[in-house]
Amino acid sequence: MDFTLTPDQEALRKRVRAWLSANIPDDWKKFGLSEVPRPEAYDFLRKWQKALHDAGFIGLTWPKESGGQGLTFVEEMVLQEEMALQKAPPVLNILGVGMAGPTIVAYGTEEQKKRYPAKILSCEEIWCQGYSEPNSGSDLASLQTRAVKDGEYWVINGQKVWTSLAHIADWMMLLARTDPAAPKHKGITYFLLDMKLPGVTVKPLKQITGDAEFNEVFFDNVRVHESQILGGVNNGWAVGLTTLMYERLALGFGLQVRLRITLESLIDMAKRMEKHGRSMTKDPVMRQKLATLWIDTEALKYTGARAVTKLLRGELPGPEASTGKMGWVDTHQRLQELAMEIQGPYAMLGRGADVAVDNGVWQYSFLRSRANSIEGGTTEIQKNIIGERVLGLPKG
Amino acid sequence: MDFGFNADQEMLRATARKFLENECTSEFVRARMAEDTGFTPEFWNKLAEQGWLGLVYPEQYGGAGLGFVDLTVLMEEMGRAVMPGPFFSTLMAGVVLLEAGSDAQKKEWLPKIAEGQARATLAWTEPNARWDAAGVTTTAKATGGGFTLAGTKLFVPDAHVADALVVVARTREGKNPEEGVSLFLVPAGTKGLSVKLLPTMDQTRKLCEVTLADVNVPAGALIGAKDAGWTPLARVIERATVALCAEMCGGAQRVLDMTTEYAKIRIAFGKPIGSYQGVKHKAADMLVEVENAKSLTYYAAWAVDEKVPEAALAASMAKAYTSDAFRKIAGAGIQLHGGIGFTWEHDLHLYFKRAKSSEATFGDATYHRERVAQLINL
Repeated sequence: MDFTLTPDQEALRKRVRAWLSANIPDDWKKFGLSEVPRPEAYDFLRKWQKALHDAGFIGLTWPKESGGQGLTFVEEMVLQEEMALQKAPPVLNILGVGMAGPTIVAYGTEEQKKRYPAKILSCEEIWCQGYSEPNSGSDLASLQTRAVKDGEYWVINGQKVWTSLAHIADWMMLLARTDPAAPKHKGITYFLLDMKLPGVTVKPLKQITGDAEFNEVFFDNVRVHESQILGGVNNGWAVGLTTLMYERLALGFGLQVRLRITLESLIDMAKRMEKHGRSMTKDPVMRQKLATLWIDTEALKYTGARAVTKLLRGELPGPEASTGKMGWVDTHQRLQELAMEIQGPYAMLGRGADVAVDNGVWQYSFLRSRANSIEGGTTEIQKNIIGERVLGLPKG
Repeated sequence: MDFGFNADQEMLRATARKFLENECTSEFVRARMAEDTGFTPEFWNKLAEQGWLGLVYPEQYGGAGLGFVDLTVLMEEMGRAVMPGPFFSTLMAGVVLLEAGSDAQKKEWLPKIAEGQARATLAWTEPNARWDAAGVTTTAKATGGGFTLAGTKLFVPDAHVADALVVVARTREGKNPEEGVSLFLVPAGTKGLSVKLLPTMDQTRKLCEVTLADVNVPAGALIGAKDAGWTPLARVIERATVALCAEMCGGAQRVLDMTTEYAKIRIAFGKPIGSYQGVKHKAADMLVEVENAKSLTYYAAWAVDEKVPEAALAASMAKAYTSDAFRKIAGAGIQLHGGIGFTWEHDLHLYFKRAKSSEATFGDATYHRERVAQLINL
């Protein structure tokens, strides 16, 4: 057991620290400290990710031929820790960086590996994830969007829903049914879909936040060339699961870091708020609640570090690898609830009210956090997975 | 960075698990619960033979010279077996000597402890139930070249079977309660020292009331510098807290294992109960808490071993989280077992009670969360 870093890793930490303090723009906070990019921040965040990329501070664990640095998860952790310390802005193309890229690196042809990952890192091409459908959410394998072969092309018809960032995305990770006769897990294929193809229609959906960050996507005889298949025909379930595994493991770091950033902001806000004439952070009940969040956030970090150690040693991920998403969701939702509680009656105000706390950003992120236990696999599904795959309990 | 155990530590874990499965069975634990001493000489000798009684002491004092992370592994396995007896109390007293004792004191006591010839304990807390320096009101007055100790110590583990007690006493009153605390080594049987064994809810843990009625000790009984005992004591308590967390993690993991196995075989409405989400999801919650408790505990073990600045914070984070987690997990274990989980016959109550007594030792979750709040400058 050893938490010390090599001289190279320490040097990286110094480089990242210096670069971040020189390059995080002072005024980005006007977009709020939300962990989810809001529409008015998109242009800024594109530039931010490009700058990160040019500095070599994104995609550290990706192979060099895919635009990465060929480093380990330890370097990635160092990077993420520094970002947390300096409250760096989030990555806009998060679905590309967290899911599409690693999956293409794992399953892609040489051509695909050359074509896509680098532009994901530089934010030249934004990705969205076409998994959920109106009648297929948690039971993802029941999805109905069809792809029918026509010569060298596949013709796509159907609908996706809750598709985050589809309205600004250039590409989609699309799961479609290619063999309706096969058992439901075995007839699905993973396509890399160009969102500009004729027949693709994106309709933004207004959410409880009032923003429209996710969408419905309709496919009307969309013709996709067979070279756009990732990982082989009817192999989409396995490829898609890899994506989800990356989402839950690699993205887990990023999530923990964003959580720490949000928690620091919450503490900062609590110090400014008063209850009965004293700072909220001097109230014994609030101190308990804030300390609980601190501890839970740290627990996520160290549980993640245990999972990373297994990866570095070339061992299979243990139980600790499967708990990250659930733990993050639970902690983040409690954090957002506490942010409202600390504001007392100010919790009722929203953006635009000149007396609203932090210009109403907490009201937005409080509402947005309700999606956390639904998106990327509901908490109920996560618990089924842990119960069945980790604890070995029988299926229902 | 490597946040896992090495091959030697995994070997120690495997050895400890096998040994305890054979030697520290449910029958053994229950027999010790029913009697006063809480251990047998045969069992104690076997612990000595394994080298575990001297695990963390340097070889020059008859120990194995291993570190705190190694101890964490052993404590986890002992918790898994709800091991009774004065292992932990003896360890605390031994580590005080190691931390603050003179070479002569270490040479006299540590080899005896490592060989299983002597047991010891830490007489620290008092009826005021405080975990801070202000809680130390037992007095030690300089008299005729030695000291006279007077006061009452409460919640002292295994004092009734200890050959020596490390007594925490106040040698000077002052503004800062941390100044003026001193540590004394008092052999059992010293005149004026009386020990009363108290009935406990967790019968695997024996607790005593220790009364010091003008106990005279020579100057050589002083451990470390006079008036400066709080700093080494706090360091020992910090380590003991993390070791206790490890023991709790082992217990919590065992409850999860028992519950998972039962949920696979117990049939209700024609199916194993583990196939129902009401049971499955609760088991998943238990797993999340066990893993997080381990993560915080392992990190704290490394932090106190390496004496990094964050060690105190790490220890408090671990104790806060693990205290709540073990209690909840043990409770959920009983719930998922149904009626059988509530019986004396089933072992679950041993863990449920151990969870509660461990939670209340060295400060509960609320106490440690407040410490965390202070340490992160809230």
